[in-house]
Amino acid sequence: MGAELLTAAGTGSRLTRPGPAAEAAARRTLRTQIASLEAELAEAFVTAFEMRLDRAGDVAAAAVPGPRLLDLGELEQVRDELAGRLRELRLRISAGAELQARKRELLAQMQLEPGRHRFTRISCRELGEPGCGVWQVRPRLGPVGMLMGWWQVTLSSGCPLAVGRRRHAAPSRP
Amino acid sequence: MTGAEPPGPRPGEVEAAVASELPGLRLVWLTVPAGVVSSPPTVVARLRALSDRDRGSTVVAMRTRPIPRAYRTCYRQIGLDPDVERIPAEAAATARLLHGRLRSVDLIADACLIALVETGVPVWALDAAAVDAVGPGLGIAQAPADAPAPVAPGSLVVADVRRVHAALFGAPLARSAPGPSTSAVALYAIGVAGVPEIHLHEALWLACEMLGAAEDG
Repeated sequence: MGAELLTAAGTGSRLTRPGPAAEAAARRTLRTQIASLEAELAEAFVTAFEMRLDRAGDVAAAAVPGPRLLDLGELEQVRDELAGRLRELRLRISAGAELQARKRELLAQMQLEPGRHRFTRISCRELGEPGCGVWQVRPRLGPVGMLMGWWQVTLSSGCPLAVGRRRHAAPSRP
Repeated sequence: MTGAEPPGPRPGEVEAAVASELPGLRLVWLTVPAGVVSSPPTVVARLRALSDRDRGSTVVAMRTRPIPRAYRTCYRQIGLDPDVERIPAEAAATARLLHGRLRSVDLIADACLIALVETGVPVWALDAAAVDAVGPGLGIAQAPADAPAPVAPGSLVVADVRRVHAALFGAPLARSAPGPSTSAVALYAIGVAGVPEIHLHEALWLACEMLGAAEDG
């Protein structure tokens, strides 16, 4: 096998450098780990997307030299980087889920006691829901409701028009 | 299709070092008569129908499906980052989202694109005149002694005994790509671990069918 023996300076201990077969086995193991991490990262990415978390797909764009056979060190680097990305994404999902749970709790309280949460706004995005709607505590009948303490929770009608309102507005009078 | 049926897909040779490191990586190819012409209405209609198939959310979830996942994994294992340099299926889907439709280029490119979108397996075309009779295979680029290297030495490439045709998962080099004088193309599909052989064959047959549709039309 031609294994090279290295002696650690000062300690006298003998470290055996792995032979080609052992290195090939290590590379196979690393490739399996990379495949597993890629699958988990894909699932986490989709989860983050469905939760409407910001910057779910952010990646640090590194220079890619081209397709090649990676050595042991490079495979370890890929594995570690993937593990780091996965850890970061899971932390973001966990923090996002906690924040969304708090917002849902607040929305429930708003609906129970609107008067105690005057003008509080929660967007659907903050709740992890699709659409551009916003839940808001507003006075019923405007100033009258403010004076009388009549508060209600409303949900805005959704996303703004892509072309804006002005185009559909009636022509101004001369 | 007019004339005799083309011979079926054949496996390309894979260099031993590549085969031992990446056991699932392989190439399947076949030759079919075709030229660089505009796509007939049937092919354009097929592209239009495929444009309406996927939405943004399905493109995001694409990476969890087995075939794209297998290619993403392979990209990682050969030093490419699929989030930077997208796998072909995701690149096509992203381009469709950006442009609002799958754009028709020419018959050969459209046939390859249709095969890719339908199966998730990338298919490329080489000018058959530039390919050795043995056919393209997979190997590692060497540094040529007398000329500048078309791809970086050490890169994984699609090549035959005469020349390098393309970087692995890259578009064919200009000298091997189909041109105005092309009368036949060598279609090849790249398979990776986790992609069944039948998908590669299906992708090639689909591309052939599209090219044959032009002949029939």
